[in-house]
Amino acid sequence: MNRFLTPAVLFTLLVVVLVVAVRRAPEKSTIQSVLIGKAAPTFALAELTRPDHVVDSKSLLGRWYAFNVWGTWCVECRVEHEALLAIKRDGRVPLIGMDWKDEDAAATQWLSELGNPYATVVVDRNGRVALDWGVYGAPETFLVSPLGIIVYKHVGAMTAGVWQQQFLTRASAPTLTQDLAAGARK
Amino acid sequence: MTAPARSPIGPTSRGLALGFFVSLMFTTELAMAIDTTELADPALQQRYQGLTHELRCMQCQNQSIADSPVGLASDLRREVKELLLAGKTDDDVRGWMKARYGAFILFRPEFDWNTAWLWLAPFVLMVIGGFSAWRVVKQRGQLAASDTSGEDDDTAR
Repeated sequence: MNRFLTPAVLFTLLVVVLVVAVRRAPEKSTIQSVLIGKAAPTFALAELTRPDHVVDSKSLLGRWYAFNVWGTWCVECRVEHEALLAIKRDGRVPLIGMDWKDEDAAATQWLSELGNPYATVVVDRNGRVALDWGVYGAPETFLVSPLGIIVYKHVGAMTAGVWQQQFLTRASAPTLTQDLAAGARK
Repeated sequence: MTAPARSPIGPTSRGLALGFFVSLMFTTELAMAIDTTELADPALQQRYQGLTHELRCMQCQNQSIADSPVGLASDLRREVKELLLAGKTDDDVRGWMKARYGAFILFRPEFDWNTAWLWLAPFVLMVIGGFSAWRVVKQRGQLAASDTSGEDDDTAR
């Protein structure tokens, strides 16, 4: 009896560990950002449409915005473009675009051909600001609260479903409690 | 039943295959040469080499930023270089990376509550294994000592 009990218990434990690990695999496939609940990195970057004009990240405070990292070299960005245009038409939360390691001319052409879903587009030509945001691929979209706290990050192409379920539900919650909750999770 | 025709492997194709595998051995050499950064200070260069080999390329995950050809890896290498030139310590550089990309970027994870099992598991397993081995050896010894029937058999003709 005892001879079989120990292996049986060990085997059951192993099965439990494996099942839990396999079930958690999908959420582990994208890397969780360590910046959730923290202040969005500050930046001062040139605006795509007005290269002589510098956009300071402080000017974005005071309202919800979604910070979308993209590039014309990025295939998935073309995939999500329709969804971004729909978000712009919806108009509830503005999109701030950051053109990452790209040619200004290509980006301008991209926006005039496909439509411009952004309220503002800044250019991160050498990719330095993207590092501060912990960006490891494009597209990535961050939801930033009026107090400048990163509340959520989506990796990969934006979809209407993700926007509705992950972004709008957070952005429509009372602002102050949202920020406090995000701060408490630090 | 007709077996699918197979092309026989003759001496020439064997030679080709051998050549192919030998050439594969040298592709790693090429991969090593992705980063050509040379810092003027040899000590700094050595620290740079060490750090870039223990930071994960987040895009290609199983390569270090020293071995990866993607743009993000070269951006991170540039940061490592600039931080070192600015007089930062190795721990400063690791901290800088961790603050942005999380502990996942460190190939050598720090010891904390999340990674404790990772660091301690080998020692725990060694203790369990050692204890099990000791018990088995002890039991066998007792069995041999108490087992007199075998000896009788051996001497019996």
